[in-house]
Amino acid sequence: MFNEAASLKTKSLEVWRGGVCLFEGLDFTLESGQVAIVSGANGCGKTTLLRILSGMNQAAGGYVTWRGEKIHRLNAESQAEIAYQGHLDGLKKEFTVLENLRFYQAMSNQKKPLESLLEELRLGPYQNRQVRYLSAGQRRRAALGCMRVKTAKLWLLDEPLTNLDTKGASLISSWISEHAKSGGIAVVATHQRDSLIQTATIEIEL
Amino acid sequence: MDIFILILLRDLRLSFRRWNELAMPLLFFIIIASLFPLASSPEISQLRDYGGAVLWVSALLSSLLALDGLFRVDAEDGSMEQLILSPTPLGVIVLAKIIAHWIVSGVPLVIVSPLLALSFYLPLEALPVFILAIALATPILSVLAAIGAALTVSLRGGGALIGLLMLPMMVPVLIFGTWATDAAVQGENPIGALLLLASLAILSISLGPLAAAGAVKVAME
Repeated sequence: MFNEAASLKTKSLEVWRGGVCLFEGLDFTLESGQVAIVSGANGCGKTTLLRILSGMNQAAGGYVTWRGEKIHRLNAESQAEIAYQGHLDGLKKEFTVLENLRFYQAMSNQKKPLESLLEELRLGPYQNRQVRYLSAGQRRRAALGCMRVKTAKLWLLDEPLTNLDTKGASLISSWISEHAKSGGIAVVATHQRDSLIQTATIEIEL
Repeated sequence: MDIFILILLRDLRLSFRRWNELAMPLLFFIIIASLFPLASSPEISQLRDYGGAVLWVSALLSSLLALDGLFRVDAEDGSMEQLILSPTPLGVIVLAKIIAHWIVSGVPLVIVSPLLALSFYLPLEALPVFILAIALATPILSVLAAIGAALTVSLRGGGALIGLLMLPMMVPVLIFGTWATDAAVQGENPIGALLLLASLAILSISLGPLAAAGAVKVAME
């Protein structure tokens, strides 16, 4: 089915933004079960790095591979293994929480029941409420739920803890450890390094 | 195919939840078209002379009104990132969005246009040709709208710019549309103009989504 085992590699990655070189010569390899925490000050290129890892942005130099293939030229099967959650929620305001979850589930051909996920996210009572009436933290939890239903192998999370309370933050941290235990790979950019560092196997400081 | 229908239904449902935006282009179409008889003489022979032209210009202008939201909302709430990263080719997703856009903005135009045509005293024999021409033209306008919306998706206040960008590209639709309508009104053979419109429709539907998908990808970087 796949030519190579699941692994995310970068080779002498070079990133420029607005005429400034943010970093160059970034090399790392993540194998099944590994979690990388990306930390660094504001504007050091965490978001840009994650977008490059997802294949949405192109690096100025170097390249990213997933299962040995260039990240922006993946076949549909490998592309389906990647879940990206950026600063934007990706939720439709006019849809209810459940409708949003169902949409992303259908997009990745999954059909599992959603009750336990809603329970975990503490969104059960709000599942039929339109997203525009939710608080920022509830939205973030719903967005992370949408990421979760894709059952992807590679998670790229950009500041997943923004707006989350301590319960929410520990849920996400437990999701990441669970994901790694079941053979997944995650790259997490965060300012709240301390809440997530126990899940990390590699730390990348930009 | 499943994903195509999924996106199509999602966009349709979203449009119906924002029904106030949905009704604007149609109202605009009716208002412009009904202002002309007030501003000039209501004589039947004159109405008949400029009726076709007025209807086509109003259809064109009102379709400009509908095109800004096609990708912008998705880009602003982050859905576009998710759609770009989905395993389905972006061209397929964009085609589904264009068809949804046509159903909510083009089809109502097709439905009310015979009523407006009658109010301009267009002869009954000319109506089928006029309706067919509008039905062929609105998908072209939707595709052009998609390309314009894709090019300006990352610009703030890009709405006016899309109008400037896309109006020149809409001119052939206007020319062939009025040609077909006038020919039918004067009892001549409109088939040439209709065939040209049909070929434009096929060309834009087959190539337009790819162009729009490429533009969206570049704009989202």
